[in-house]
Amino acid sequence: MQDALFYTFAFLTLMFGFLVIANPFSRNPVTSAMFLVLTIISLAGLFVLLHAFFLAAVQVLVYAGAVMVLFLFVIMLLDLKAEERRKIKTLGVVGGLISTGAILAIFLSSLLKAPLGATQSPVVEGGTVALAKLLFTQYLLPFEIVSLLLLVAIVGVVLLSKKDLK
Amino acid sequence: MIQAIIDWFGSPVGLSVLFSAVKILGVFSVLMFIVAYSVWVERKVSAAIQDRCGPNRVGIFGLLQPAADAIKSFLKEDFTPAHVRKTYYWLAPAIVMIPSLLTVAIIPFGSLIGNEKMIIADLNVGVLYTFGIVSLGVYGIVLAGYAARSKYPFIGGIRSSAQLISYEIAMGMSVIPLFLIAGGLDVQQLSAGWQSLLAGTSGLNLNRLVTWQAGNGWLICYAPISFVIFLAAMFAETNRMPFDMPECEQELAGGYNVEYSSMKFALFFMGEYASMTAAAALMTTLFLGGWSLPVAGLNQPATTIWIGLIHIGIFLAKVCFILFMVIWVRWMWPRFRYDQLMDLGWRRFIPLALANIVITAVVLWAKS
Repeated sequence: MQDALFYTFAFLTLMFGFLVIANPFSRNPVTSAMFLVLTIISLAGLFVLLHAFFLAAVQVLVYAGAVMVLFLFVIMLLDLKAEERRKIKTLGVVGGLISTGAILAIFLSSLLKAPLGATQSPVVEGGTVALAKLLFTQYLLPFEIVSLLLLVAIVGVVLLSKKDLK
Repeated sequence: MIQAIIDWFGSPVGLSVLFSAVKILGVFSVLMFIVAYSVWVERKVSAAIQDRCGPNRVGIFGLLQPAADAIKSFLKEDFTPAHVRKTYYWLAPAIVMIPSLLTVAIIPFGSLIGNEKMIIADLNVGVLYTFGIVSLGVYGIVLAGYAARSKYPFIGGIRSSAQLISYEIAMGMSVIPLFLIAGGLDVQQLSAGWQSLLAGTSGLNLNRLVTWQAGNGWLICYAPISFVIFLAAMFAETNRMPFDMPECEQELAGGYNVEYSSMKFALFFMGEYASMTAAAALMTTLFLGGWSLPVAGLNQPATTIWIGLIHIGIFLAKVCFILFMVIWVRWMWPRFRYDQLMDLGWRRFIPLALANIVITAVVLWAKS
């Protein structure tokens, strides 16, 4: 049952992910965005299978519910008709293939090094309480530094949206 | 073959599947009943407020009006305008309905009947799940606006996405003080009935919140600012007056649903009332003590079937009260202007909600 669900969600994630970037039926940016939402929701399904309920809920809440709505908002406000008709450039395809290949190489090399097989699966503490304890004790400094990054982004947005700086 | 199926339903897995199916069916039918009759109540209340009669032709007091409306929407021509984007045009009404149906899955609508918890899915991430699902509700409206490929529905969809994003933040923050207050619940000190209700729960579980309220009084008394913010955000999230920007009839000729007719239009309508009901149920659980009532020993998990049924009745009564209030407000209050709405969300409610969290935390810290 668990395996069947894993393969279903994994397949859905990959399929929707593929449809985001290379949809044979439509080159509409809104369709791509909607497939990205579906990818995120299938990813949340994979998190649930890992017993990481908190991450699954936050994944849907933050990415599918907030970030993607803003994406959609921006896509709809811009006129992207030209985007639909645009030809695919050779340089872009080659660059994309090279970078994907590099990432794939890193994944494969670490996969080959990893001792796979019938080992004891680690106990996953995915509940909110366990996660909160780790975030506020062991990983407090990285957590705070990440929030600083968000602050930088906010200041950047304010700077960019002001037309003339005084 | 038949014997095997009966045996399977007798096994623990089969029993839990059976009970879950019964609960899902029950919750769904009650939800749909409330949706149908809140439309009737809406029309009656508006009629009373505006000194009219309201629906009174079908059945006594027009009580069969929802059935007549349903037949009408099914029999009307399902017209698809030529200029719409077909896929999204068909998908949008369905997407509007789904989130509200998913939200009610984690609401504890009663205590116990026998050994069965009266909740479809007892999740430990409870309230986070709700906000995750509620945040998906915007897609139906946005896509309906996009699918129409005409100006007014599009403006309705864009307004809606901005509005929902803004008020979700305030709504999420307004709930944090509740969990700060009720988080210190010590299950070990409670009676056996509570312990069986709360077995295996932690953190953000909604039943724990109800338990705390049954023991200490409703959270509306402890966190009134949270209640006000949540209430306003609820009106905004369900697109109800005074925040029904996406559909405002005068400016947008109806907004995102202009191009829709017959059953697809009715689905938008049902979606609005279903999300209202889901939000009212959530509010009952968070602020009004859920299924508990501080009289006649109804503050304990049920030991008999009758008390279990009374708990469900109490829960439904509270939900209906909130729905009535929401309907009443619609006919008493003029609509906000769009810039006022965004201003209220970002410059008033979000700072207020943040201050509320800090003050609650400081007070709790000072007390401990």
